Amino acid sequence: MQNLIEIKNLEHVYTDTDGNEVKALDGVSLDIARGEFVAVIGANGSGKSTLARHLNALLLPTAGKCIVAGMDTADDDNLWNIRQHVGMVFQNPDNQIVAAVVEEDVAFGPENIGVPPQEIRTRVDNALAAVGMTDYAKHAPHLLSGGQKQRVAIAGVLALEPDCIVLDEPTAMLDPRGRSEIVGTVKKLNREKKITVVYITHYMEEAMQADRIIAMEGGRIKMQGTPKEIFACVEELHAMGLETPLAAQAAYDLRQKGVKLPQGIIDDEELTEELCR
Amino acid sequence: MLTDITLGQYYPGNSVIHKLDPRAKIIATLLFIAAIFFADSLLSYGVLALFVAVVIGLSRLPVLMVLRSVKPLWIIIVLTLFIHAFTGEGKDVLYQYSFLRLTTEGIIMGIKMSLRLVFLLLISSILTFTTSPIVLTDGIEALLRPFKCIGVPAHELAMMMTIALRFIPTLIEETDRIIKAQTARGADFDSGSLLQRAKNMLPILVPLFISAFRRADELAIAMEARCYRGGEGRTRMHELAYKAKDFIALAIIILLIAVLAVMRWGLGL
Repeated sequence: MQNLIEIKNLEHVYTDTDGNEVKALDGVSLDIARGEFVAVIGANGSGKSTLARHLNALLLPTAGKCIVAGMDTADDDNLWNIRQHVGMVFQNPDNQIVAAVVEEDVAFGPENIGVPPQEIRTRVDNALAAVGMTDYAKHAPHLLSGGQKQRVAIAGVLALEPDCIVLDEPTAMLDPRGRSEIVGTVKKLNREKKITVVYITHYMEEAMQADRIIAMEGGRIKMQGTPKEIFACVEELHAMGLETPLAAQAAYDLRQKGVKLPQGIIDDEELTEELCR
Repeated sequence: MLTDITLGQYYPGNSVIHKLDPRAKIIATLLFIAAIFFADSLLSYGVLALFVAVVIGLSRLPVLMVLRSVKPLWIIIVLTLFIHAFTGEGKDVLYQYSFLRLTTEGIIMGIKMSLRLVFLLLISSILTFTTSPIVLTDGIEALLRPFKCIGVPAHELAMMMTIALRFIPTLIEETDRIIKAQTARGADFDSGSLLQRAKNMLPILVPLFISAFRRADELAIAMEARCYRGGEGRTRMHELAYKAKDFIALAIIILLIAVLAVMRWGLGL
C-alpha cells in the first residue's frame, strides 16, 4: 500500500499567551497508508489536535516535514491542493456550518474551488446520501440534532472529494446516540469509499474501530499498534491518563485477581465468551 | 421569549413566490416600499393591503407566522399611532389635555403611518421567508456586483450576511441559555430602574460576546479548511437566471405603483 501521508520528525513550537515557547509536537514520525483507518488517542495537551492540523496545512511544521499525497505542506503553492486532498471535521458542529440550509452548506466547499454548478449538484447529492442526510437537504442546520449536524459537516468535507478525512474529536460534544451515528458513518466511508480516516478521540470504544491506534503523550508518539495490542497495555494507558475499554479493563482486573484469562480481550463479546468457557 | 424573532428565517416551500429570482424579489420589495409612500387615501391603503394579502396567499406561508413578524416592532407601531393621533394638525378635536390634542385627522394619519410600517415589515418578512438566506445574499451580491469597480466589496458583504443569518438562531439560543444560567445564579433582569436593568444585562453580554468571538475563530478555521479564499474563482450551485415570471412580477409591481400614482394625482382618490 502506498503512503498517503508521510510525517518525518515533525516539531511544532508555538508561543503561548504568557510569551513562553511551548513545544506541542516533539519529533513525530508517522506514515499513514491510503485507505487506512487510524485513531489517535492521548490526554489533553498531548499534541493530537496539533498533529491533526498539520495534515491539511492549517498549521505548518517548525521543523521536520509533513508530506501529503506527495506534496509538502510547507510549500505555499500546494496549500489549496492539499486542502482538497485532506478534509477536516472539527469538534463543535455548530461552528463549522456556514450556510443556513443543509445542502447549501455542503455546496460551500465545491463552490470555493470553482466546480461547475451541475457537478456541485451531483457532489452535494452524493455526499448527503453517503452520510444518510438526503432527507434533510432543505433543512436549517440549527434545527438538527448534534449528530445530524456533525454528519452534515462530514458531508461538507466529502463534497470536496478528499482522499482523507481528519476528524478532530468529532463526538466530544455529542450524546451517545450522536456518537454512534458518527462512528458508524465514518466506518462506512472508510470501508465503502476507501477514504483514509484519521480519527482523533478520547473515547476508547471509538478508537477500537480503527485499524491502527496511535497513542500520544507530551507531543510524542508513545505507542502504536492494532487495538488489541494497544488495549493489552492497560498499565501504560493508565500512566498516560487514558482509560481502557470496559471489557479490557474488566479482563485486566479479573486477571489481577487470579482469574485465568488470555491476553488481548478488548470487546464485550470476547470477554463473555472467555468467561463462559 | 427570544425565539419569537422570525425575521431572517427561511420557510421552505415551492410556491410561485419562493421560485422567483432573488434579484427580482429584492427589486420588487424595494419598489413596493416606494409604492407604500405613494399611497395617500384610505382606498389606496386598501389596494396595498389587498396586494400584501394576495402575495401572502401566493406564497402559501402560514398566515399567522407572517403576521407574527410584526410583533418585534409593535411598540414602535403603537407609538407611531399615538404620536400622530395626539400631535396631528386637525380641527375635529375629540379630547384635549394641555398641548396634547386627540383629533380625528390625527387618528387617521396615525393609522396610515402604522399601516405603512406594518406593510413594510410584512413584505420584507415575506422576502426573507420565501428566499433562503444564501439565495438572498446571492441576489444582493449579484445586484451589487456592478458597483464593485467603485469599491463596493460585494462578495465580502454577501459572505458576512450569510454568516450573520446562519448564526442568528444559534446566538439567540445561546442568549436564552445564558439568561437561564444567570437567573439560576440569582441574577435579576426584571426589576430596578431602567439604568439598573441595563447594567444587569452585562452578565449576559460578556459571555455572549466571548462565545461569539470563539465561534468566529473556529468558523474561520473551518472555512479555510474547506478551501475558502474569498470571491475569486468561486462558482455557485444555484446560478441565477431571470425567467418570464420574474419580469411578470416586476411588471405587476410597476403597475401597482402606477395605479397608486394615478389614484393619488390623477383621480384624487
